[in-house]
Amino acid sequence: MDRRNFFKSSLAAGAALSTGRARARETRSILPEALGLLYDSTLCIGCKACVAACKRENDMPPEFLPRTEQPYWDQPLDISGKTLTVIKVYRHGTMDKKDQEENGYAFIKKSCMHCVDPSCVSACPVSAMQKDPVNGVVSYDKDACIGCRYCVAACPFGVPRFTYDQTFPQINKCQLCKHRWKDGGYSACAEVCPTGATLYGKVTELKAEATRRRALKPGAATTYPRGKLGGPDQSYPGVAAKYVDRLYGETEFGGTQMVFLAGVPFEKLGYPNLPPRSDAATSETMQNTLYGGLVMPIVFLGALTYIAKRNVKDDEQGGHHG
Amino acid sequence: MAEHAPAPLGGKLLTPVTAVLGALSLAAAAVIVVRFIYGLGAVTNLSDGFPWGIWIAYDVVVGSALACGGYTMAILVYIFNRGEYHPLVRPALLASLFGYTLAGVSVIFDLGRYWNVWHMFWPGYSQVHSVMFEVALCISLYILVMWMEFSPTFLDQLGFSGLKKKISKLMFLFVALGVLLPSMHQASLGGLLVIFGAQIHPLWQAGMLIPLEFLMTAVLLGFAVVIFEATLVAVGFNRAMETALLAKMAGFMHGLLIAYLVVRFGDLILRGAIVSAFKPSLEAFWFWIESICFLVPVWTLSSPARRNNAGTLFAAALLLLLGGFLLRINAFLVGYETGEGWSYFPAFPELIVTIGVIAFEILAYIVFVKTLPVLPAQSATH
Ligand code: SF4
Ligand code: SF4
Ligand code: SF4
Repeated sequence: MDRRNFFKSSLAAGAALSTGRARARETRSILPEALGLLYDSTLCIGCKACVAACKRENDMPPEFLPRTEQPYWDQPLDISGKTLTVIKVYRHGTMDKKDQEENGYAFIKKSCMHCVDPSCVSACPVSAMQKDPVNGVVSYDKDACIGCRYCVAACPFGVPRFTYDQTFPQINKCQLCKHRWKDGGYSACAEVCPTGATLYGKVTELKAEATRRRALKPGAATTYPRGKLGGPDQSYPGVAAKYVDRLYGETEFGGTQMVFLAGVPFEKLGYPNLPPRSDAATSETMQNTLYGGLVMPIVFLGALTYIAKRNVKDDEQGGHHG
Repeated sequence: MAEHAPAPLGGKLLTPVTAVLGALSLAAAAVIVVRFIYGLGAVTNLSDGFPWGIWIAYDVVVGSALACGGYTMAILVYIFNRGEYHPLVRPALLASLFGYTLAGVSVIFDLGRYWNVWHMFWPGYSQVHSVMFEVALCISLYILVMWMEFSPTFLDQLGFSGLKKKISKLMFLFVALGVLLPSMHQASLGGLLVIFGAQIHPLWQAGMLIPLEFLMTAVLLGFAVVIFEATLVAVGFNRAMETALLAKMAGFMHGLLIAYLVVRFGDLILRGAIVSAFKPSLEAFWFWIESICFLVPVWTLSSPARRNNAGTLFAAALLLLLGGFLLRINAFLVGYETGEGWSYFPAFPELIVTIGVIAFEILAYIVFVKTLPVLPAQSATH
């Protein structure tokens, strides 16, 4: 192909592109078999049994407050390279009443949200972050990871954490205790939760349970399941709570597989208001538009080669040499 | 054009300047040894709230943009066929070569699990939807392409004239790639920010326009850095200035600068983000400093008289360099917030590495121009 033809066919390819194949990458939707957790802030009593169980079952080291005089027990303030989940406290004013915004307090769990359209997976250049195609659990493979921390920076919840203090560091994050499945186990945090505030199950069923709770009249008698939905019945009688009218994780970035109910607005609990469109979708749409099928780069290269061939030659005849 | 034939400068390699540069490079090397033994935490202030510090924001993102002189000159000379700028190509290409090579090497210092770095390009691991994959691939290829473009300079001396001929025949292809690849990755370096979404302050989260803004400023920085280097080389090696040539080039810069500002402010106004520039905050403060660096040269470069004054031209170039630097630092560090309670300022050893890498770049540049035919022969300067 002579270069004039090459140039022409490049332009033709460009025209094909501009006539618009759909390159937009839509926000993903939740998988039918998605697994996750329902955390109900109103049921949480802040005992941190989940934090301890998570540590034990995931072989994570204890963490101590800086300059503490009592380095006897695990004291994580936040998730970190050593801690995959924590229970945080919202406090306001006199802290009179639980699950109340004014002069109240509330608990909130922090761990990986197992996003429906995770930024960490889209960001990772080496496929070390993977979303399971069936159950949607977002896992991390340290043998693939190059330690670039793009996932850390990209995650809207600040979940992946890096062990900066290690010579051979890695990312640590909740993987929904997938290593416990083979023995019929499930998320340790849900298993040990005494009140069922953290509940494990299929996201469809967890959401149905959340809908049931939201429909109850506050103060009415009800029962709460514990452990795992669909597992052995460990339910106990309780009283319906007053919730803010929102199931967090239903729409945020296309949804998350960990969903929350709470009595205090989620912004106050440290959970951001995210739009329904995921950043992953925006970022990948941009990538596809610019580089999809390498169409644009090839067209551009064709044009540049054509021009450069002419000009570099002129230049050489003009006496360019080394 | 034979009078522009490049020649080695010659002269002593060990001078007070090169000695200081060498010492700084060694200090950086020492910190890097500590980093590889005790980990990133031992020498940096990185945290999970600021997983990227200056080694990424400066050494890679700014560093590679400052190394766009070769790219910009290639566009001018080979694409717009402005042969008169030819004397500027080689020195610019050399600076780019070092800038990029060291940016590439710096990445290794920053990667926590550097021994896996090859996964980036290994089928099965590569994740082509990741912006970082694109950046890494294009930067790596560009570094190779630049060494090819520059190779005629040293292949002769090494006695590989045959190889040199072959490469020269294909030079047009390297030149084309040398324009394509930086266009792609300079845009994508900005594109890295898109997935950070609302974690980037609205003054810098321009979404789909970030790549365009980063690309335009990279070309601007390319121009600016050529002026900067040409001036320093003229002063430092006591050579005649190429002011007339540079002034003419400044005309292009002016047009591009205005186009950039239209995109930048147009986007801020359309998104309504400009409002936050008028609320007192650290971000607004740095936004205005950045903007002033871009706005003042619009005036400086608007008159031919000012363009032809070596001093004003140099000042305008400096401001643009600072502006491009601030745009990147602001977008990656000042404007990044992933939640409350995180802060970042580079640790001393972290700064030592960045400074040492810059010092090493300058040192290598000096050694190369003194020993290889890079700069136009002295007698031929106007
Ligand atoms: S919460 Fe963060 S780490 Fe977890 S899946 Fe979502 S983006 Fe990934
Ligand atoms: S740090 Fe590891 S898991 Fe995270 S984006 Fe980089 S390579 Fe992927
Ligand atoms: S699912 Fe497992 S890893 Fe995740 S927070 Fe619960 S106990 Fe920890």
